[in-house]
Amino acid sequence: MNSLYADLFHAAAPETVLVVSALLVLGFDLVVGRHRTQAQRLVLATFLGGLGVLAALAVDVAVGATGPVFGGALMLDPLAVAVRGGVLVLVLLTLGVASAAPVSRQPAEYVALILFAAVGFLQMAAAQQLLLGFLALELASLSLYVLAGYDKARPESAEAALKYFLLGAVSAAFLLFGFSLLYGLTGSIAFPEISHALAYQPMSPLLAVALVMVLVAFGFKAAAAPFHLWAPDAYQGAPTASAALIASASKLAGFALFWRLLWSGLGTVAGQFTYHQSYPGWLTIVALLSAASLLLGNFAALAQHNVRRLLAYSAIAHAGALLLGLIGAGQSGPGPLFYYAATYGVATAGAFGVLAVLERHGPAQELTDLAGLYKRSPLLAGCLFIFVLSLAGIPPLAGFFGKFAVFASALQLGGVASPAGWLALLAIALSAVALYYYLMILKQALVARPTAAATPVQVPAVAAVTLIVAAALIVLLGLFPSVLLSLV
Amino acid sequence: MNALPWTLYTAFAGALLVLFAGARSAALARGIALVTAVTGLVLALFAAVSFVPGPGVQTLVDIPWIDSLGIRYHLAADGISLTLVVLTGLAATAGVLFSWNIEERVGEFFALYLTLIGGVYGVFLSADAFLFFVFYEIAIVPKYFLIANWGSTRREYGAMKLALYSFAGSALVLAGLLWTYAAGGAHGFALGELARAASTLPRGEVIVIFALVFFGFATLAGLFPLHTWAPTGHVAAPTAASMLLAGVVMKLGAYGCLRVALPLFPEGFLYWQPIIGWLAVIGIVYAGLIALVQDDFKFVIGYSSVSHMGFVMLGLAAANARAVSGAVLQMFSHGVIAGLLFAVVGRMVYDRTHTRQLADLQRMPLHRLLPFAAVTFVLAGIASMGLPGFSGFPAELTILVGTWASSRVWALVAAFGVLVAAAFTLRAIQLAFFGSTGESAPAEHGADAHPLAPISLPEKLGAGLLLATSVLIGLKPDLLLDWINPALQSPLFQAVIRKGTP
Repeated sequence: MNSLYADLFHAAAPETVLVVSALLVLGFDLVVGRHRTQAQRLVLATFLGGLGVLAALAVDVAVGATGPVFGGALMLDPLAVAVRGGVLVLVLLTLGVASAAPVSRQPAEYVALILFAAVGFLQMAAAQQLLLGFLALELASLSLYVLAGYDKARPESAEAALKYFLLGAVSAAFLLFGFSLLYGLTGSIAFPEISHALAYQPMSPLLAVALVMVLVAFGFKAAAAPFHLWAPDAYQGAPTASAALIASASKLAGFALFWRLLWSGLGTVAGQFTYHQSYPGWLTIVALLSAASLLLGNFAALAQHNVRRLLAYSAIAHAGALLLGLIGAGQSGPGPLFYYAATYGVATAGAFGVLAVLERHGPAQELTDLAGLYKRSPLLAGCLFIFVLSLAGIPPLAGFFGKFAVFASALQLGGVASPAGWLALLAIALSAVALYYYLMILKQALVARPTAAATPVQVPAVAAVTLIVAAALIVLLGLFPSVLLSLV
Repeated sequence: MNALPWTLYTAFAGALLVLFAGARSAALARGIALVTAVTGLVLALFAAVSFVPGPGVQTLVDIPWIDSLGIRYHLAADGISLTLVVLTGLAATAGVLFSWNIEERVGEFFALYLTLIGGVYGVFLSADAFLFFVFYEIAIVPKYFLIANWGSTRREYGAMKLALYSFAGSALVLAGLLWTYAAGGAHGFALGELARAASTLPRGEVIVIFALVFFGFATLAGLFPLHTWAPTGHVAAPTAASMLLAGVVMKLGAYGCLRVALPLFPEGFLYWQPIIGWLAVIGIVYAGLIALVQDDFKFVIGYSSVSHMGFVMLGLAAANARAVSGAVLQMFSHGVIAGLLFAVVGRMVYDRTHTRQLADLQRMPLHRLLPFAAVTFVLAGIASMGLPGFSGFPAELTILVGTWASSRVWALVAAFGVLVAAAFTLRAIQLAFFGSTGESAPAEHGADAHPLAPISLPEKLGAGLLLATSVLIGLKPDLLLDWINPALQSPLFQAVIRKGTP
């Protein structure tokens, strides 16, 4: 028994490091920060938090893939290690973004909350059990709700947090209900045993209800249409760093958790839906969510004139592509899905980082607020160019290969004889639509003349390093995708 | 031959360098851009000297890139790619010379310009469909910014239209390639491997996939009725960008049709052959007639590009060795001539007179004010009409002779298109340069009072370079045909050429 606990402690070492460093951040701020300005406290907090995340990253690599832990409650396979690493890198980028954003009240608490959310993400990456998965998800979500509403001075922030919280709470209820039905049907909360038990059960109405419940909740968390309604408001109203975290690390961890749940837990009831043979399963629902997200995200984004709402609708469209990757992952493994989610996270966190720096010099909400960015700060304009083109899927940036690999895996399921193939063709066609709104962002940033009131933008050193690292990651991972693909 | 990959490396390196140099000094940026472009041309010519024509592509670099999908970084060249690489070098050099007067954001201009050039070199040298596609898209994005930033008439509209058309076309190509790869169970994206995968697919699917890939590429080649981006894009673009658009970017589309669509899906091609042929000849005549009634000088050239690219597509549609070699020759020839025409219109005339309306130009005695421009345009116009002595003649003649063997109706209609081309070119020459005979014309625009800036040295060099090339190929087309014809003997091309010949 003791060795079991030792294993668990060993496997959860990155989480431990994060919790300890969050407490250190709080403690230092209490002791040292009292007489300092808010800006100094922010620097101290992000610095300590960043060190903690780096330490956690090192520990994650040192622990490595050790297999099932604690009777299979956690699964430390290569995917878990890779996703944890990816999440930590994204959290690090988020901290960089936070250091650039206008100083909020109590910066230490803000950083600590980011770290607590990261603990939840790390657990989501490895959880292989219904209860642990649920707890990890809620730990992350609760931190995110607070982070979304952190800017008390602005009513939009409160609105964002409330919407996010209410819809998130409802989806948690759905998820828990679905989980309890699954437990009732199979008598187990461990994914492998659920899978085993379901293999000998016909599709029953109760199972169908359970699957629908789980997927509705998943749709909420992933901001997939038609459960996306919170996303535009949350992205618009939340503090920039919080929005970056919600859009990047939370997505990656969420998709890792649901990949594990759906394929290793519920894989036997995935169903089939080629034209030759089709029997019901959750694949159909995921395919519907994917199609709805792709269509709604891309077309609604065309009408946006607020950058953050535009990024939110683009996130919905990307969620559609990620869901497609989830479908394809059944056969080709989680590699393309992981690559897509990780690089999407870097690009979108980077885009929010640019907005955060801009926010120091005035509003950064409307598209026209970006006008003349090339003149105000060539560095920001160059980085935004890379992030947005990666989101649009232009080679040789990482976003292109992510799409390419996901679409290839979806088409390999059965060519155009399966709806996944058609979905991939739909997604490819919609990428031409998407280019329009991405170019609208870049047109403002790189072509439009600056307004008379616009001043040059000073980019703080930490933010500059963060953005350059993110842009370099996008380019290098795009040129050498095998680096990420070989991790999982 | 081994120098060829360096064309694209130099272009990308130059782009990066010029971006930073531009922040310091515009003159330095221009210098670097010119050196980079000339280096590319010299490398291409250097490779051409040691080139031994033969069937099939000669591998230049081949290393694994993305193992899990079997994608390789595979650069290779045959006579066709070499022809187009040389063309790219020429167009790039001339384009830099004709954008010597860019004053605004010089570094960024040339950085985008050289990125575009690098992408174009890459496309012509790729032997792996994935790599091909990557370079193809790299060539698309800079066009948007070049036009939207440094362009003229309705530039943001023209730029967006062009970018969306190109990208939509490339999305079709991507869909077709991925479909072939996945459904055919290919182990990689090498063209031969994809052809093998495509041959295992049912005929119905091949027909659909061919349509996706071919019409995706044909969008960029300006095939009627997918050509509407071309005139607006050309008109909105700054001179160097129009030169590249007409000179090499439209060739990317045609090259994609020739290198990817035709050899991979011969069966699909057979099904679509009549439709493509008719669209090509309709495009030749239709665009020519439209060019005949344009009021804007640059629109005349824009539509003439579409018309001349129709010949390329016709050569591909006729699908016999002669017609296809003519099509490649026409790609080269049109690249040189269209670049020259756009240079005269955009740089020599518009930058000085600030009008492109033929009615306004008609009132200026341009042949006296800008004799060099007038002579250049007349020579380029003659070349464009396909008169002997210039490259347009052997190219269009070869296509027409080749097409005659496949379909006499197409050849006849296309021959009528040559007449239309003569008509609109002569009309443009007459109205723009010889509209006013000088003595009797009142100097309404005060053109005589404010003499136009003389033609600068870079302009003369650029025009001389392009004219000399056109004359050289016009007098000795075998220089290129000796490269092109052996390349068409490769098994991949033979699959389609043999089937396509009636």
